[in-house]
Amino acid sequence: MSIGHTLLGLLESGPRHGYDLKRAFDEKFGHDRPLHYGQVYSTMSRLLKNGLVEVDGIETGGGPERKRYAITDAGVTDVERWLATPEKPEEYLQSTLYTKVVLALLTHRDAADVLDTQRAEHLRSMRILTDRKRKGDLADQLICDHALFHLEADLRWLELTAARLDKLREAVAR
Amino acid sequence: MNVRQWCRDLGMGVRFAFTGGREGWVRMVLTAVGVGLGVALLLLTTALPNVLTVRHQREEARQDFTYSTKVPPRADNTVLVGESDTKWHSRDIRGRRLQPEGRRAPLPPGLDRFPAKGDMVVSPALKELLSSDGAKLLRQRLPYRITGTIGEPGLIGSQELAYYAGADDLVTEPGSTRVARLSAFGEAHPTTERADPVLILMMLVVFVVLLMPVAVFIAAAVRFGGERRDRRLAALRLVGSDSRMTRRIAAGEALAGALLGLVVGTGFFLLGRQAAGSVEVLGESFFPSYLDPSPALVALVAVAVPAAAVLVTLLAMRGVVVEPLGVVRTAKQARRRLWWRLLLPLAGLGMLYPMIGQGRSNGDFNQYLVIGGVMLLLVGVTALLPWVVEAVVARLGSGAVSWQLAIRRLQLTSGSAARMVNGIAVAVAGAIALQMLFAGVESQYTKETGRDPNRVQMEVDLSDGARLDVAAREFQHTKGVRASVAISSGGLGDKRRDPDHTAGITVGDCAALRELAHLPSCRDGDVFVVPDAHDEAAVKAFTPGRHGFIEPTYTEGDRGREIPWTIPAGLRHVTARKDALQTNVNGLLVTPSVLPARAAPTLYQQVYVRLDPAVPDAEEYVRTTAARVDPLANAWHWTSTEQSGKYASLRTGLLIGAICVLSLIGASLLVSQLEQLRERRKLLSSLVAFGTRRRTLGLSVLWQTAVPIALGLLLASAVGLALGTVLLKMAATPVAVDWASVVSMTGAGAAVVITVTLLSLPPLFRLMRPEGLRTE
Amino acid sequence: MTPPPGSLLTAENLRKAYGPTVALDGAEFSIHAGEVVAVMGPSGSGKSTLLHCLAGIVPPDSGSITYDGRELATMNDTQRSALRRSDFGFVFQFGQLVPELTCVENVALPLRLNGTSRRQAERTALTWMERLEVDVLKDKRPGEVSGGQGQRVAVARALVTGPRVVFADEPTGALDSLNGERVMELLTDAARSTNAAVVLVTHEARVAAYSDREIVVRDGRSRDMERAI
Repeated sequence: MSIGHTLLGLLESGPRHGYDLKRAFDEKFGHDRPLHYGQVYSTMSRLLKNGLVEVDGIETGGGPERKRYAITDAGVTDVERWLATPEKPEEYLQSTLYTKVVLALLTHRDAADVLDTQRAEHLRSMRILTDRKRKGDLADQLICDHALFHLEADLRWLELTAARLDKLREAVAR
Repeated sequence: MNVRQWCRDLGMGVRFAFTGGREGWVRMVLTAVGVGLGVALLLLTTALPNVLTVRHQREEARQDFTYSTKVPPRADNTVLVGESDTKWHSRDIRGRRLQPEGRRAPLPPGLDRFPAKGDMVVSPALKELLSSDGAKLLRQRLPYRITGTIGEPGLIGSQELAYYAGADDLVTEPGSTRVARLSAFGEAHPTTERADPVLILMMLVVFVVLLMPVAVFIAAAVRFGGERRDRRLAALRLVGSDSRMTRRIAAGEALAGALLGLVVGTGFFLLGRQAAGSVEVLGESFFPSYLDPSPALVALVAVAVPAAAVLVTLLAMRGVVVEPLGVVRTAKQARRRLWWRLLLPLAGLGMLYPMIGQGRSNGDFNQYLVIGGVMLLLVGVTALLPWVVEAVVARLGSGAVSWQLAIRRLQLTSGSAARMVNGIAVAVAGAIALQMLFAGVESQYTKETGRDPNRVQMEVDLSDGARLDVAAREFQHTKGVRASVAISSGGLGDKRRDPDHTAGITVGDCAALRELAHLPSCRDGDVFVVPDAHDEAAVKAFTPGRHGFIEPTYTEGDRGREIPWTIPAGLRHVTARKDALQTNVNGLLVTPSVLPARAAPTLYQQVYVRLDPAVPDAEEYVRTTAARVDPLANAWHWTSTEQSGKYASLRTGLLIGAICVLSLIGASLLVSQLEQLRERRKLLSSLVAFGTRRRTLGLSVLWQTAVPIALGLLLASAVGLALGTVLLKMAATPVAVDWASVVSMTGAGAAVVITVTLLSLPPLFRLMRPEGLRTE
Repeated sequence: MTPPPGSLLTAENLRKAYGPTVALDGAEFSIHAGEVVAVMGPSGSGKSTLLHCLAGIVPPDSGSITYDGRELATMNDTQRSALRRSDFGFVFQFGQLVPELTCVENVALPLRLNGTSRRQAERTALTWMERLEVDVLKDKRPGEVSGGQGQRVAVARALVTGPRVVFADEPTGALDSLNGERVMELLTDAARSTNAAVVLVTHEARVAAYSDREIVVRDGRSRDMERAI
C-alpha cells in the first residue's frame, strides 16, 4: 500500500501538520499498524521534493517547530491517477483497496468507480485464467483453478464492499 | 400402537387443519361443504321413513269413509260428512261438508268446533290461496265465511289445500256415495303402509346413486391441497415423526374437515327441513316436524362419516411416502391389474341377478342385495376407470404439441386423473341407470283410459238428490261451455231380492243416448238394448213384457227401493258406439219418460261437458257451477292417458340432483386443476419464454381434463346402461334405452369439463405471464 | 449511448417497474453476434428483468430494444413469441424441462412449436444431445437424470433451433463447480461454433469468466465494465 498516496489524499481535504497527518492516518487506516512519525516525515520530504506537496506555513512558539503541508495541483492529479489504476489482482490486496475506497470517500470521489475498475481488472484476469484452463492440461487447470478461486474471493469482497459503500461513507465521515 | 398415541396424532392433524392459513381454510371449507352435503343427504334418508309413517298416520286419523254399505242410524254422537273435493288449476282441494247430528258428534282432527252453516274452516294454504288476486272463481265456488284454520293434526302437509264447511242439508241414503254418517273419524283398522316394491327399489337406488358420488367426492376432497399439506408433513418428518405418525396426522386433518362437515351438514339439514315446510314437491308437502331422523341412525351417521374420512386418508396415504425432505408418490406403480377390478361390477351384477323378473307382483326385493349390488356396480366404475385410463392413454399416439403434453402427463399420472373423474363417472352411471328405470316404469304406469277428450272434456258426477235436468241447464249456460250431455244410470234385477240376473239402465234424452250407441231413430218413449255379449242369460231375462225391479236389494247391503218395472214393448237392439261417452255400454238405454218418476233417486247422474278451448279457465267455471248446483258434485277433466306425473317430476328432481352433484365435483376438479397449475407456474412461464403459444397450453389443459372425462363418461354410460337394464328387468319392465337421459347426463358431464377448463384458463394465462420467471 | 456498430441486440434507456418496485432504471445493453456477455449484479438488481426485456418476454415501460434492426417495442405479443421461437434460445436455472416428456422430446419441443414434424424434430434434437454428451438419456424423463445432465439437456433444447441469441439465466445456479463449468464450456463452445450471441445472467464470477465482456446491473442501471477500465 502506498503511504505516500494515502497521505497525499488526506491532505486533499486541507493543509495539515505532520502530526495531524499521522493521527488521521492511524485513525482511518492504521488499525493494526500505527504509523511512525519518522515515516511521515520521510514521506513528506519525498513528496515535497517531487513537488506534490508544499509547505503551507511553519508554526513556532511553544514546542518544536511544526510544518504545515498542503497538496499541490500535481499532488491532486497523482492521487487521481492512483485511485483510477486498478491494483494487480493478487492475494491480500484488500488493505490497499480498502485504503483507496476510504480515500475516495474522504475526497468525495466516486468510490464505486474504484471498486468497479478493480472488478473489471479481476474479471479480465479470470478470463485469461479460464481461457488458459480450457486449453491447458490437468496441471494447468488445477493451478488456474487455485488462482480463480482466490480471485473470486476478492471479487466477492469487492461486490460486498460496493453494496456497503453508503454505510462506509457514513463511518468515514464521522 | 396405543390409543393415546393415535389420539394425539389425530389431534395434531386437526390442529394443523385449523391453522393452515388461507389456503388451508379454503380446503377445509370445500371439504366441509362436500361432507356437509353428504351428511345432509344421509340425515334426510334416515328421516324419510318417518315422514312416510307420520303422513300415513295422519291420513288414517282423518279418514271419513266407511267400507260398509249400511248406513248406521242417526244418533247423538254421529256426524254427516259430505265429500266436496274440487280442483283449482290442477291443485287438489280436499273439501268436506259437516253436519253434526248431536251434541256428542265427533270432530275431525285439527278442528276444535264445527263450523256453522255458511261458515268454513280452512287450511292455511287455502286461506292464502283464497285471498290471492286470481282466486275470484274459487271464492265464488266456496262462498263460505272463513271462521278458523285447520290445525296441523288435520293436515298431511303444510301446503295442503283443505276446508271443512258447515251444512244442514246433508242426507244419507243406502248406497250413498258422497255422504257418510260417522260416529268417529279415522280408520277402524289401522294398517301399516306397504309401499310398492318397485317404488322402494327406486328409492333405494336413488339414494345409493346420490350418495355414492358424494362418498367418492369426500374421498377426493380429503386429498385436496396435497402439495401444501405434504410440505407440512415433510417438515414433521424432519423433526422426527415417523411415517405412521405422519399418516395419522394427515388423517387428523381429514377428520377435522369431516367434523366440520358434520356441523355444516346438520345446518344444511335443518335449513332444508325448514325449507321443506314451505315447498310443495309433486303436489306433496311436509311439515318440518315430519323430518325427524331416528336418533340411532343419526348417531350412526355422526360416527361413520368421520371414521370413513380417517380410513380413506389412511388408505390414500399408503400410496404416498412422506420423506423428511419431501413427498414421493410411489413413483412407478405396477401396471394395474384388471381381474379384481372386473370382479367388483360382476359381483354387483351377481347380487342383482337373482331378483331379475321379480317385478311388482312378486313381493319384495331384498334391500341389502339391491343396495349391495348397485353399490358394487358403481364402485366398480371407480375401480375400472383407472385401469381404462391407463390402458387407453398408454396407447394414444402422438399429435400436436398440446396433445403430446397432455397425453404424456396423463401417462405419468393416470391415477390422479382417474381419481378426479371418478365422482363424475359414478354420478353419471347411476343417473343414467335411474333415468332408464324411471322412463321404463313410467311407460308402464301410463295407460289408456278409454276416454276420448275430443268428445267431451269434462265430466261432472252429481250427488244423490241433485236435480239432473236443472244441473244440465246450468252447465249449458256456464261460460266456456259449448254443450252438456246429461246421462244417469242405475241397475235392474229380475227379482226383488238377490236377483239372478241384472242389467244396467242408462237414462238420457235422445241426444244423450246417441252419444252412447248408434240409434236408427229416437223419440221420447223409446227403449233400446245393447246386448251384453258375455251375459246372454241376462239378455233373455229382460225381454219386453218381463218384470224387473229397479234397485233390487242385496243381502249384504241396505234395503233397496225395489221399484217394479215392466220392460216396455218395442225394445230395439242397437250397438254401442266405439267412442261412446261411457265405457262398457250395455243393458237398457231408455228415454226419461219411460221410467217411473220414483226411479229417479236411484240413478247415478252425470253431466258431460264440452268446453270452448278459446275460453281460458273454462274448466274452473264448470267447477264453480258444479259447486253451486251441487256442492257434493265431483267435476273432473278427461285425459286419454293416465300418466303418473310423479315420475316425470321425480326424473326432473333426479336430473337436478345429479347436476348439483356434478357441479360439486366440478368445483373440486377446478380446485385440483388450479393447484396443479400453480405447482407448474415456473415451468409454464419458461414454456412461454421460448415462444409457446397460449392456445397450445390452453388446449393441453383441455385435453388433460377432456380425455379422462371422455373415458369416464364412456365407461359410465356402459355401466349405467347395464345397471338400468338389470333394474328394469328386476322391475319386470320391458327394457328400452332412454337415449335422452344418456345424452343429457353425458352432456352435463361434458359441460362440467368445459366449464372447469374455461374457468381455469384465466388463471392459466395469468400464470403464464413472465412474472412467473422471477425468482426473487 | 449509441450502439456500437455491428450490434445484434441493443437496448437503450430501459425502464421497467413492477408496481412500486423499479426493476430497470435506464439500463443499456448491446451484444454482437458470437459474443458472450455476462450480466452480473446483486440479487434484485434487475439483471433478470433486463434479460426478460431483451428476450421480448416482458415489454419495458420505456426505452428501445433493437434486434437485428427491428424494434421489439413495436411488436405485439404474438410477433414476439414467434421471434422467441425462431431466433432465441433459453436456459434457466432449474432446467425447467417438462417433467412428463422424455429428454429427447424436451429438446425437440422448440422445433415442434415451430411446426417441424415430430420425427425431424427428434432427429435434430438427438444430434444436439450428442454434442452435449447426453444422447444416452434420450428416453429418460427429466426426473430420472442428474442436475448436470438435465441442465445439458436444457442447453441442447436452447440450441436446437439454431438461435442467434441464447439467453441463459443462472444456468449453473443449481450445479456444483465441476458440473457448472462443464455446462458453461459446452454452452459457450456450442454458441461460438454457431456464431450465436449469449446473454449470460449470473452472479458467479467464475461463470462470468466464460464471457467476453461483462455488464454489471445495480439498482436498475447497467454498467459496461469494458468502459470502466
